[in-house]
Amino acid sequence: MADLSVNIAGVEWKNPVTTGSGTFGFGREYAEFFDLSNLGAVCLKALSAKPRLGNRSPRIAETEKGILNSVGLQNPGAEYFIENELPWLRKFDVKLIANLCGSTIDDYVEVAEILGDKIDMFELNISCPNVKEGGMAFGTNTKMVEEITSRVKSAAKAPLIVKLSPNVTDITEMARAAEAGGADALSLINTLLGMKIDIHTKRPVLYNNMGGLSGPCVKPVAVRMVYQVRNAVKLPIIGMGGITNGADAIEFFLAGADAVAVGTAGIVDPYAWIRVRNEINEYLDKEGYKSIRDIVGKVELNG
Amino acid sequence: MLCELISKAQPSEGVFDYTIECHQMAIKAKPGQFLHILCGGDSYLRRPISICDVIDNRLIRFIFQVKGEGTKALSRAKVGERLDVLGPLGNGFDYQQKAEQEGDCVLIGGGIGIYPLLGLARRMKDKPVVMLGFRNTDSMLLTGEFSVVARSLYVSSDDGSVGVEGNVTDILKHSLSMGSKISKIYTCGPKPMMKAVAEIARENNIACEASLEERMGCGVGACVTCTCTMTDGSRKRVCKDGPVFNALEVDFDG
Repeated sequence: MADLSVNIAGVEWKNPVTTGSGTFGFGREYAEFFDLSNLGAVCLKALSAKPRLGNRSPRIAETEKGILNSVGLQNPGAEYFIENELPWLRKFDVKLIANLCGSTIDDYVEVAEILGDKIDMFELNISCPNVKEGGMAFGTNTKMVEEITSRVKSAAKAPLIVKLSPNVTDITEMARAAEAGGADALSLINTLLGMKIDIHTKRPVLYNNMGGLSGPCVKPVAVRMVYQVRNAVKLPIIGMGGITNGADAIEFFLAGADAVAVGTAGIVDPYAWIRVRNEINEYLDKEGYKSIRDIVGKVELNG
Repeated sequence: MLCELISKAQPSEGVFDYTIECHQMAIKAKPGQFLHILCGGDSYLRRPISICDVIDNRLIRFIFQVKGEGTKALSRAKVGERLDVLGPLGNGFDYQQKAEQEGDCVLIGGGIGIYPLLGLARRMKDKPVVMLGFRNTDSMLLTGEFSVVARSLYVSSDDGSVGVEGNVTDILKHSLSMGSKISKIYTCGPKPMMKAVAEIARENNIACEASLEERMGCGVGACVTCTCTMTDGSRKRVCKDGPVFNALEVDFDG
């Protein structure tokens, strides 16, 4: 068995697999399928300072090898989470990542302050395409990325991961802006803004009209972006976007990811997270690697 | 879990009647719960399909209509093939009748919504009154089986080709106007029908449960995509908090 442990911004994970925020709730549902302690970290559903209702249904549409979603960050608020979800989550031997969302920079700072030191890592969600204010609007402008990163970093009592949006011309500019703002790590990619139209009703399938595309169909875009960001900044990277099996995850490590998140695949297969972890290990053993860290960024370009 | 498809029938155009073998699921399954099935083909997500009936604590029967890629792929499954199924999922109907209850239980379904009501009717201690709405004779299904488990069975169709012409809710209204005592209504079918049933239940102070349908992701409550709106303005997950809800608490326009 290879050494699967990784260190992300000073936080030790026993293995490099975490969950894509928003696909795993607060862990309760999948704890009925497997022990959460088998993961390196659990990245929780986005939390805001106040409860959010989210968008109307339909919130999900199937696409070719993927899905569009427009949940809109529905959540019960950070205080409810601390009282009702966190004590239960702490029974597991797993690092917890809180995904922070808000409509203004002050909102983000407020969630980070409410959560304080109760969480192992923060993930700054400045890339959600499903909300009118905040979300992606913060993540597609370098000045905003730097400013919000720096403001939340000053308030955060745990390492700060900035989650990047793929809906930009040059993702390396956003990565550098996050680094300049003081980010401790980066995660990418969030969903790609998409749309699906029902040709019979002539209306978009999602009530919100547009939504975030995820699943196997986005994987090549995600791998490319991880590769580009790896060569632009020194920060640890959590790679994600369409990872369904161990081979997919290995691509991300070779491209430069230090850890990976599995999200949409779990919506189809509740054991996807565990399967990916096991298959990463099988690959390392078969290829004769002692540690997952030995393959990070080891892609060899042609020509 | 992989479950063998042990029988397959096509009772009408585009409608398939499957029975799968899965003792572990069958012993837990309640009327109103659903299976989340990986359909294959060009589909990506699982498809939620309501349980029609449980047989001998060993077999689960479900009926589905081909509507898109997923159901189309599922309809191509062959007897003997093993289907990847999650379930039983969600909360089913509360059909434990109280001793002091006065009046009949009424099951009212429309279109593909009638399937889960068959297993419900079979489990009820006192035979219910069943009202089924169809588009026309061709889409009529299961009436023979319902007639066995129902105290009385009423049928309506949009074009009058079978039963009463009009909406199935007209049968319910007529029954109430004739002075029928109804203790509880269970409904499943198109949203406008369930909305009308819930309104009649509210006006007449009758308890009512409705089984909802929504585009679904994980089926276990984690992805929060299949929400419905409640009368208090909150949003609940159809897969985990439902699919059966107190109909009087659902905002059918939300």
